Amino acid sequence: MLRVTGLEVSYGSIRAVQGIDFDVREGEIVTLIGANGAGKTSTLHALSGLIPSTGSVELEIDGNRHNLRGIAPDLRVGLGLVQVPEGRRVFGNLSVRDNLLLGAYRRKDDLTKDLENVFRLFPRLKERLNQRSSTLSGGEQQMLAIGRALMSRPRILLLDEPSMGLAPLLVREIFRIIQAINAEGVTILLVEQNAHMALKIAQRAFVLETGKIALSGPADELARSETVKRAYLGG
Amino acid sequence: MKTSTRFWLLASSILVSLAVLTFLVHYRLIDRYLSRLLMLGAIQSIIALSLNLITGFTGQLSLGQAGFVGIGAYTTAIFTTQGWPFPLALIPSVGFAALAGFLVAWPSLRLRGDYLAIMTLGFGEIIRSLIINLGDLTGGASGFKDIPGFHADGDINRSIGFLWIFLSFILVTVLITNLIRSSHGRAILSVREDEIAARAMGVDIRRVKIGAFALSAALAGWGGALQAPFLNYLAPTSYDFLKSVDIVVILVLGGMGSITGTILAAFGLTLLQEWLRFLGDYRMVIYPLLMILMMLFRPQGLMGGREWSLWNLIARLGGKNREVRHG
Repeated sequence: MLRVTGLEVSYGSIRAVQGIDFDVREGEIVTLIGANGAGKTSTLHALSGLIPSTGSVELEIDGNRHNLRGIAPDLRVGLGLVQVPEGRRVFGNLSVRDNLLLGAYRRKDDLTKDLENVFRLFPRLKERLNQRSSTLSGGEQQMLAIGRALMSRPRILLLDEPSMGLAPLLVREIFRIIQAINAEGVTILLVEQNAHMALKIAQRAFVLETGKIALSGPADELARSETVKRAYLGG
Repeated sequence: MKTSTRFWLLASSILVSLAVLTFLVHYRLIDRYLSRLLMLGAIQSIIALSLNLITGFTGQLSLGQAGFVGIGAYTTAIFTTQGWPFPLALIPSVGFAALAGFLVAWPSLRLRGDYLAIMTLGFGEIIRSLIINLGDLTGGASGFKDIPGFHADGDINRSIGFLWIFLSFILVTVLITNLIRSSHGRAILSVREDEIAARAMGVDIRRVKIGAFALSAALAGWGGALQAPFLNYLAPTSYDFLKSVDIVVILVLGGMGSITGTILAAFGLTLLQEWLRFLGDYRMVIYPLLMILMMLFRPQGLMGGREWSLWNLIARLGGKNREVRHG
């Protein structure tokens, strides 16, 4: 579904991502794990077109192949590639409803079903529909950020550290919901520092280290690997 | 109440009050002084609302709004002096201002915050020096004199002018209110709130910013166009940096991103400036004092980002009544 070859991102003379290759197959949960500064967020931003990059990114939707080079971020959302940015980034002064409707900004069709779907996954958002989203708790904001992205009917969802700053119980709930979204047919690329949880729900994983892919393979194998255990799983 | 009933009720009550007011102005039941103050307030509202669109809603601080107003005012002055009727002259006035807004928007796409403010400030100064230096067209530093009014006949001029200004004021208010409530409006607000998240949600922020700048400039030009036949005289100093700051002050006092707050502050400050005339030069102390007090005790402005709404008021009163009955 998504094939990335030789992706490079540079900030001035600093090469944050140094030519990485990876792929995501339809229906999978693939996780990209790594420490701070490994280039995870840069990779996701490059995939969404939010920052310039070199290399090739190919998106295949329903048998149609799209080369994403030079395609603006809003058109990528239209193709079905949608990101839930790091740190939630909900529109704080707008209501929960407006946030959700903004997720569907590019769509012109009926949104009733999509709203119902979001409320089914996140019943709490329905209770808070007219509340300003800055008044939500961190967990609720993360739910809103995911719900907002779902409103655009993504085919592949890029999640940037959804567990950041959340209590363990909430992290488990968020990951359960990510699995539920995946079960409904949305392919998922999950960027995480919480390698333990990420490797539990993912089928395959790539380990990023200083802008390069250090390890890759099935998630359960990586979870057992000594290197990953030592570096990311705390023993 | 159904939305359509609401709409017709609101629309007809606005039009009826406009007709009544125009009637009162025409037969001098509202005296010349008060009617001119009301018209000044309405023009200020239009101009402040135009700034609200780009600064309050889109989040792009503009310190050159007076420049767009000046383009509208001088274009109308030039065309009506050539014999064009006001409604026709309104078209190039709004058009040129929109074009200027469009041109300013391009470089502004790369700038943010203070840098954008400085760029728009530069733009405003360019317009002011153009007005001064294109003397043959604009009357230069001594101003543009003898601009025709809305109508040759004095009495009709007053009521037609009143009608034009308040009709424009109503139209601009309705336009901005509806825009902000539409999906385009949500996109505009999302750019203010968080550009990265807006882009991630598929909002083309370049298009939003350019559109907002052009529309804001067009509306400012509309406000300016009304000034020309209303004042019959234009001076370049009315479109300098200080005037741009005046508009920002209205916005800050009224509450950034509040339409009703902006209108309240525009009328309030216009009337206040007149009512405080008995203080003589001390009047100029009250104004900044007001700003300081406001920033200390209500930094979000009169209305904050909220709106005052008749329907909410009625609903609240209705709610209270019900409580009493149940009690």
